[in-house]
Amino acid sequence: MWKARPEDNRLPLNNPQPASATASAAPTAAPAVKETPKFAPEPLRGDVGHIGKSVVIRGELTGSEDLYLDGEVEGTINLRDHKLVIGPNGKIKAAITARDIVVHGKVEGNIGGSERVELKRSSSLSGDITTHRIVIEDGALFKGAVDIKEHAQEHKTETRKSSNSGSHLNSGSTLGAPVPVGAGAGQGSFLESK
Amino acid sequence: MRWFRGAAATPAKPEAKANAAPRTSRRCIGLGEFTRELKGSEDRKLAVLDLGPTSPANIAFLTDRNVRAYHEDILRCAQEPSLYVKKEDGKTALDLAAFFAENLAYPDAHFDAVLCWDVADYLPEELVKPVVESLYRVLKPKGTLLALFHTKDAGPNAPYYHYHIVKPDTLELEQGSGFQVQRIFNNRHIENLFRDFSSRKFFLGRDNLREVIVVR
Repeated sequence: MWKARPEDNRLPLNNPQPASATASAAPTAAPAVKETPKFAPEPLRGDVGHIGKSVVIRGELTGSEDLYLDGEVEGTINLRDHKLVIGPNGKIKAAITARDIVVHGKVEGNIGGSERVELKRSSSLSGDITTHRIVIEDGALFKGAVDIKEHAQEHKTETRKSSNSGSHLNSGSTLGAPVPVGAGAGQGSFLESK
Repeated sequence: MRWFRGAAATPAKPEAKANAAPRTSRRCIGLGEFTRELKGSEDRKLAVLDLGPTSPANIAFLTDRNVRAYHEDILRCAQEPSLYVKKEDGKTALDLAAFFAENLAYPDAHFDAVLCWDVADYLPEELVKPVVESLYRVLKPKGTLLALFHTKDAGPNAPYYHYHIVKPDTLELEQGSGFQVQRIFNNRHIENLFRDFSSRKFFLGRDNLREVIVVR
């Protein structure tokens, strides 16, 4: 039912067309929002399902192919070893399981990405995330818990920021570095517990 | 205590998304202490609640330390129009029961630490004490809370910041919008606010911001 038309197979999952923020919009992004090097685009699989924004599904959605989902789903989504992209019009109230999950739209429910979860700046997620790697863009709205599964060294949290480097910090202006009140009293506490 | 009463009679809308504000770095000794408390527990996963706006940097910082990072932007949630009900006298008021049904709804003693930032300065008046009581409830005994408070010199137009942790003792401040300081707490107010906690430790910054480490 969800088989895509042949032309849908060309859909770039890493940058879905319906998203208003296309690659050309990147240069206009805030100066503070620095793009990290783009992850290597994964080769697209033969079958990419496409669910349009007018589609409403209630129940269990499973599949064995990558899926671009721009409609509404209420229930559960299980793509196991495949990639799920929730488009900007996507409204999901479901527990989601997939290999990679990219969220542009709105999700209520826990999501488990066996490899990676990516929250785009237009996304809104209310639920817990369990994954190996997570990418959250500035502007994404998130309420819930992030649990990074322990794994090999490469499974580190990514951010869209490059500002974590010490050199960047050292070059930045420093507002008032706090001084301990009451010098000589350890860290400067003057209202220690009684 | 409420110095700027009426400054935000109608809750302002928070910004839709991160703006282009430049960031400024700031040393934060309180954060350094807070981070030290997170160390030494790598054998078990700690639970830390961040009450500020979603910050990829904070999530990265915490998860890199084998912490289960919880995020809940309670300032934004407190502005949810659906939480405001019309009372008999015609005035609108925040429905506390509805607020706490959706926010800070965690089991008792769930968190090892809480990053409260300067939320208390911006919260609606009726939420300040209940939120602190909830934080006391969800913190584990000996759990740590980091809070920031503006000093009187900051004034009512003190900018609202998003705080991003970039190093164990360094924050990046990104100016946000949509919130205005509602009150200024002096040290005595802060002590009263956290009087149920076992200890409070103050650090005064040169930028009119106090850092307070509170231990349950």
